[in-house]
Amino acid sequence: MAIRDSADKVPMPKVVPVRPETGNGAIPAENDVAIKVRGVTVGFGEKVVLRDLDLDVRRGEVLGFVGGSGTGKSVLTRAILGLVKKWSGTIEVFGENLDKLSREEHRALERRWGVLFQHGALFSGLTVLQNIQVPMREYLHLSQALMDELAMLKIEMVGLNPDAAHKFPSELSGGMIKRAALARALALDPEILFLDEPTSGLDPIGAAEFDELIGTLQKTLGLTVFMVTHDLDSLYSICDRIAALADGKVAAEGPIKELLQSQHPWLQSYFHGIRAERMNR
Amino acid sequence: MAVAPDFHGQALMAEEPHVESRKSGTGVHIALSGIWTVQKSAPMEAAARGIAKAANGAQNVTLDLSQIDKLDTAGAWLIDRARVGFETAGAAATLEGSKPDYDILLQEAHYRTFEDARARSTHPLIDLLVDIGQSVVDAGKDIFAGIAFLGEVVGVLLLAMVSPRRFRFTSVVYHIESFAFRALPIILLINFLVGCIVAQQGIFQFARFGASAFVVDLIGILVLRELAVLLTSIMMAGRSGSAITAELGSMKMREEIDALRVMGLDPIEVLVLPRILALIISLPILTFLADLAAIFGGMLVAWVYGDMSPEIFAARLQNAIGMNTFMVGLIKAPFMALMIGMIAVIEGFAVQGSAESLGRQVTGSVVKSIFMVIFVDGLFAMFFAAIRY
Repeated sequence: MAIRDSADKVPMPKVVPVRPETGNGAIPAENDVAIKVRGVTVGFGEKVVLRDLDLDVRRGEVLGFVGGSGTGKSVLTRAILGLVKKWSGTIEVFGENLDKLSREEHRALERRWGVLFQHGALFSGLTVLQNIQVPMREYLHLSQALMDELAMLKIEMVGLNPDAAHKFPSELSGGMIKRAALARALALDPEILFLDEPTSGLDPIGAAEFDELIGTLQKTLGLTVFMVTHDLDSLYSICDRIAALADGKVAAEGPIKELLQSQHPWLQSYFHGIRAERMNR
Repeated sequence: MAVAPDFHGQALMAEEPHVESRKSGTGVHIALSGIWTVQKSAPMEAAARGIAKAANGAQNVTLDLSQIDKLDTAGAWLIDRARVGFETAGAAATLEGSKPDYDILLQEAHYRTFEDARARSTHPLIDLLVDIGQSVVDAGKDIFAGIAFLGEVVGVLLLAMVSPRRFRFTSVVYHIESFAFRALPIILLINFLVGCIVAQQGIFQFARFGASAFVVDLIGILVLRELAVLLTSIMMAGRSGSAITAELGSMKMREEIDALRVMGLDPIEVLVLPRILALIISLPILTFLADLAAIFGGMLVAWVYGDMSPEIFAARLQNAIGMNTFMVGLIKAPFMALMIGMIAVIEGFAVQGSAESLGRQVTGSVVKSIFMVIFVDGLFAMFFAAIRY
């Protein structure tokens, strides 16, 4: 990468810096909850997708959210983000009930989370650099020079080449789109990161690299990550805890070791199916 | 400056990023305090500028981070930038009182310069000339591509004539329905209205020198030779041309056209030929019906506004126009249809991956086809004048 290191006096260790309080696979404290979902019911028309669902996402953890296709994983994410109306229940983020917030407070809260959509959702009419600057431009009062610098910093943090900054999304590969979208999600230095199937559509090498990237960023920036995924590899490599959705409820939650013991039929087939067994070997 | 509502219940003043300096022995001790996150944007940027000023040219600077309440990558970037700024100025700068969290951020977001990947912009006048040259070259390429494409379409058409199995009759009928049948109400309506307007103006202006009866000649010749076919073509360019471009463009975006190719199907045969044939069949039919609508509108206004009975209108119309007047308009229609269809298809196939490109090509398709319709109409007018038809 064509970056001149102007701070050559500071040694740059290659190892990932680890935050003492959350790293080393330690599960964050149970009472420090970033997102608290209680009794949430969501449906469309006649069909109930989520029924009386409870879920905690603890501060500083990576929570993997799994479930079969069409069981409502994305629906819960969208309900927390306010993109889908819930029928009943409460959702608290950082102890604030989302329903009780005023418009202004809600917008302030939105600045504390970043979302990576499944297909990136980069604005196709803007370059990568401009995409990253959209939230900055909208919410902050920064000089253009600093915005450029910060956007370039984000581009480098997600492992993109600086050349990519002035490309349009249509000129990027699938993996680069995900990285650029991640850079945009990180634009305002959020505390919570929502990832909707971050590794779908990537080749195994690209997926592993992306997992590693998310793990690294989560540790360096101290993020709370809520990750909807199908990818068993991601669950094994970066998730602190896993919540499994079945029949509109969280069927089981806990570290992967606990879930492997679960007797729930869907979890049994998920973790002990042919593909999973190959990994457990 | 919009201040974010406070979630932690701390006093807002204490949160503002703040810089304080004091002399200490040989150098300056600069204490940073408050919240140094991107949410504090403008005050933070101002405070960061204040760091350099606070040092006041001292040769030994200590940046004290112990009173910072909150730091993120943006804050770390600015603090490290200030530190590097001192070092390039030849002063010694050290950070102290940093927490382990901050160390990680300062490492991750350490100051560095980025190479500008953009091409350097030159003088605006040169850019303008480059732009003009580029568009002339592009226009030339458009014409070349258009002729090449026309050849391809004609080739496929000839093949389809030889082996009628290749001719997609159902598709042609489907497109005639959407291009002609569904467009009929709006085309009849606008032509009827234009017929009314021309008749009203004709009667009003001709009445000054007592020649209002000649309004029938005006409507007959103007509508049949020019107006009906022009209005119908422009409407088709806007309505069907844009639809073709959007449809083919989104198919191109989702690789459907490549899918056709790998299945051994020719997109020109499957997608293009039926649409262009449907346009060529639809436009003359619509032009004929538009003729009727406009003349009917003129007759109605002549009756109500000009006191000319329909019988007299019809009798005068027979004298005013001949078969050739009618044919001049109708002959142009298939050529207009071909022009609209070709432009729409070429623009559709030119769509790149993004939604923005789709929008641009659809606009281009409509603008180019309306321009070409009027341009070709002018050529025909010159041609018919030359052969005195």
